[in-house]
Amino acid sequence: MQIAIASGKGGTGKTTIATSLAKSLVGSHKVHYLDCDVEAPNGHLFLHPDIQTQKDAIIRIPQIDTNLCTLCGRCVEVCQFHALAQTADEIVLFPELCHGCGSCTWNCPEDAITEIANPIGIIESGITPDGINFCHGVLKISEPMPTPIIRQMRKYKSLSRDSVVILDAPPGASCSVVETLRAVDYAILVTEPSPFGKHDLLQIFGILKDLKIPAGVIINRTDGHESDIEQLILEKQIPILMQIPFDKSIAAGIASGRTLVELQPEYRERFIAMFDFIESFLAVEQVC
Amino acid sequence: MKIIISAKSNQLEGSPDERFGRAAWLIKVDSATGEWQAFPNPGANQSGGAGVAAAQFVIDQKADAVISGDFGPHASRALKAAHIEMYILTGAADSLKKAMELFSQSLLPVFQP
Repeated sequence: MQIAIASGKGGTGKTTIATSLAKSLVGSHKVHYLDCDVEAPNGHLFLHPDIQTQKDAIIRIPQIDTNLCTLCGRCVEVCQFHALAQTADEIVLFPELCHGCGSCTWNCPEDAITEIANPIGIIESGITPDGINFCHGVLKISEPMPTPIIRQMRKYKSLSRDSVVILDAPPGASCSVVETLRAVDYAILVTEPSPFGKHDLLQIFGILKDLKIPAGVIINRTDGHESDIEQLILEKQIPILMQIPFDKSIAAGIASGRTLVELQPEYRERFIAMFDFIESFLAVEQVC
Repeated sequence: MKIIISAKSNQLEGSPDERFGRAAWLIKVDSATGEWQAFPNPGANQSGGAGVAAAQFVIDQKADAVISGDFGPHASRALKAAHIEMYILTGAADSLKKAMELFSQSLLPVFQP
């Protein structure tokens, strides 16, 4: 089963939830934790994996053989990302704009284009002391495109059906979030009772509706002012899975690199109960 | 000499646009005859690669020079490869007409990447 943890707004507690959920389930399941926030991964700070493998994440960019190129301009015409420009005497490539789609190679009438690997980051994987299979991607600084790394991370291991895969999504509501959410079985949305939390949650609701992915919400840092956001979530007929009250000792513990279930072990049972709820919800959905 | 200026409207009396890739209009002016023509900038609505799309348009129009507020790294690389001169708007260039005047008097600075 694949469960993504997303939020819209950053800093609401995605990694707090994802790491604690992984730690709560590892006693009873084979757990994979994938940190898909490749622009600023931080799950390793809480899970302390022993990294065993490292692999380049690449996109395939065109290389043009100038002896074969007739400057017909077909490659420039088919490139949807404006990664190629044509002047009177050359084709100019902008590697940072290339999405690696292969259209130029496919359409070149002279077979003048070959593809070469352009590393855009690395994928590291290993195992944590408590037995969680850990994987994260790290985008190279100045590389603008996180989605290929996320796609490659998800292919990286052949993940067995009986395992639980927890995908810690990036913040926001952009391509990288969609890439993380694509084809997961369930999404846990972490929000906070603030106008920003509410605004960005609505954007994620829209994405999930399009992708037809069922979701539940965790309201983090509740402070007695959450009736507004509760009402919004109920109007959308989405279950509230958990509420976590604002507690300075949790904030201090997280800041020192400890997970919620280490700080307050009673949360372990709550995470297991939440997972059971999701599992039975999905089982019912499958029957219907 | 064919010159292209990035512009906010499709009129010579209108203001130039400081942005190159995202300007709404690109106005082509023939400095010898004064003839001009307005084109919607193909870069304006691109989600990415706007600078390259606008630069490709300028290249395809066989312009000799282009005037804007600034040129991004991709646009300037493409324009440079095509040997098109790049000039920067100054505060005094409050209309396209004025920008052309300043250009013909060599009063617009050359773009420095």
